[in-house]
Amino acid sequence: MQGNEACAEGALAAGLRFYAGYPITPSTEIAEILSWRLPQVGGKFIQMEDELGSLAAVLGASIGGLKSTTATSGPGFSLMQENIGFAAAAEIPCVIVNVQRAGPSTGQPTSPAQGDVMQARWGTHGDHPIIALAPSSVRETFDLTIRAFNLSEKYRTPVILLMDEVVAHMRESIILPQPGEIEVVERPSPTIDPSAYLAFDNSIDVPPLASFGEGYRYHITGLFHDEAGFPTQRLDEINPWFERLFHKIERNRADIIRVQEELTSDADIVLVSYGASARSARHAMRIAREQGQQVGLLKLLTLWPFPEESVDRLAGRVKKFIVPEMNRGQIVLEVERVVRGRAEVRGVSRVDGELILPAQIEKALED
Amino acid sequence: MMEERIPVTYKYLRLHKKFPSVWCPGCGIGIVFNALIRAIDRSGLKKDEVAFVSGIGCSGRMPVYGDFDSLHVTHGRALAFATGLKLAKPDIEVITVMGDGDALAIGGNHFIHAARRNMDITAIIVNNSIYGMTGGQYSPTTPTGAKATTAMYGDVEQPFDVANLAVVAGAAFVARGAVYYAFELERLIEQAIRKKGFALVEVISHCHIHYGKMNGMPEAIDMLKWQKENTISRSQAEKEGGAGGKIIRGVLVDRSLPGYVEQYDKIIAQAQQRLGRAR
Repeated sequence: MQGNEACAEGALAAGLRFYAGYPITPSTEIAEILSWRLPQVGGKFIQMEDELGSLAAVLGASIGGLKSTTATSGPGFSLMQENIGFAAAAEIPCVIVNVQRAGPSTGQPTSPAQGDVMQARWGTHGDHPIIALAPSSVRETFDLTIRAFNLSEKYRTPVILLMDEVVAHMRESIILPQPGEIEVVERPSPTIDPSAYLAFDNSIDVPPLASFGEGYRYHITGLFHDEAGFPTQRLDEINPWFERLFHKIERNRADIIRVQEELTSDADIVLVSYGASARSARHAMRIAREQGQQVGLLKLLTLWPFPEESVDRLAGRVKKFIVPEMNRGQIVLEVERVVRGRAEVRGVSRVDGELILPAQIEKALED
Repeated sequence: MMEERIPVTYKYLRLHKKFPSVWCPGCGIGIVFNALIRAIDRSGLKKDEVAFVSGIGCSGRMPVYGDFDSLHVTHGRALAFATGLKLAKPDIEVITVMGDGDALAIGGNHFIHAARRNMDITAIIVNNSIYGMTGGQYSPTTPTGAKATTAMYGDVEQPFDVANLAVVAGAAFVARGAVYYAFELERLIEQAIRKKGFALVEVISHCHIHYGKMNGMPEAIDMLKWQKENTISRSQAEKEGGAGGKIIRGVLVDRSLPGYVEQYDKIIAQAQQRLGRAR
């Protein structure tokens, strides 16, 4: 199975019923597969006129009660930023798949890159939390796509699945879990009297979300809003909302953040990597171990919120962190921030549209 | 004893906390909103069978005042949000309210494509030929030569004919009204709501604060008089053998075309039938 196919099937397994998108390489297979698979399960697909419309339709469908997604790549992801911010502010669950490609601008459509890590975090205007996940294999793509939907519904937030071209187009033999083995989370729906319903109730981390047409008759806006959803300029209404928006993610870091550690217990040097470059990092680690070097791997499955706890714990006892990534250094900045000088931190970069090879990382280990 | 008469619109307003409205005294949007509420009442729809979607701008603030599910989105994207909502909830009457800048400049692409798909949405475009909320800059419907804060020498661009744009893009129903003719407007909107498919009502409105002040019509009444004198009903134009240079009001197009919602239901049936055969 191909990475993009695993993403489409993972989405369906998570309960996807609506897709709106605009084709862009290297994410196109996701749209193609879902245009054919969604009607089979009674779901709907629409090819929109652009990426702005795509995410807008996704959010409209989500408010209508359907689990919804779109898939895109670099330039399309840039176009979606405005509505990602809206989804965060209006707390509308949705999954945005970004199969990263080389950039800036149109870059190289079929070349791998991991250049959108910071865009996933800071692409929108204003402040809001975000969740972003990065798979490094076909099976992981299936699993993390389901996880993206689950986190999105559980926390009423947009979740970004940051894939890269290598993982998206790679084919691997995998055994998928049986439907009964998959945990599927549904958004909490309100049970109280509609007249008392507060879609943005600040007394709960994640207020239940009513679908339109169910009798709750409430207002959603991208403006600063009160607990009922109406625009407000009152600071005593704005501040509690902002607090909750961040708290609902920050208080649940342990539930949201996932990493994989390999041979870190006795390591002098830890490779911190994610996505396709984590595969090269793993290979480099094995070769280094064969040569007697004490090297470990910290693979990040959750990129945002950044897994500070794991890096912090290792920072006290390793000599060096090496961060291989297909950009000029994005996650390495986060590692530096957390390490705060307690160990050496080095990045290994590649941005010419080719995958970082184990040899490049081995060389960094020798230096 | 005089019986107090409560307007039918009160039944549909979010009276607590939401008033007074953001609109300037004399604005046309209140008249459009009243006509829209009365049209919903006439169409017999229940509150929970209607959803409002709007973008940004003065007209985009309408949904907050009506007691319906309401969604106030990013600039220009109302029809795209409405498209997703309609596909998720085909039984809801989805009504988008937009201004000319929202619907035709930043949202122009979504507008022509929603019409082309014949998405089953009722679209109201309040056309006052200016950007009101941002302070009077020219819009895609500002007449050539008219002044605006970004066209102090007169607008050099040609305006869109909104209704005709919807016709050629493929809308099932296209009508044009004016706020001066408020009761006619109510009937046009009611027809649009009852219509299956993409139904547009372009409403000639006014912004005396910005457009009027810069173009010799500083009072709301000046602009209403302009509407009275410069528009003509379709039936009157036909009787007179021509519009005489005036803007035509009334139903411009009412046709039966396949719509995305029902066509897609057929796709689902077909896909499931094939899947059933394959099993």
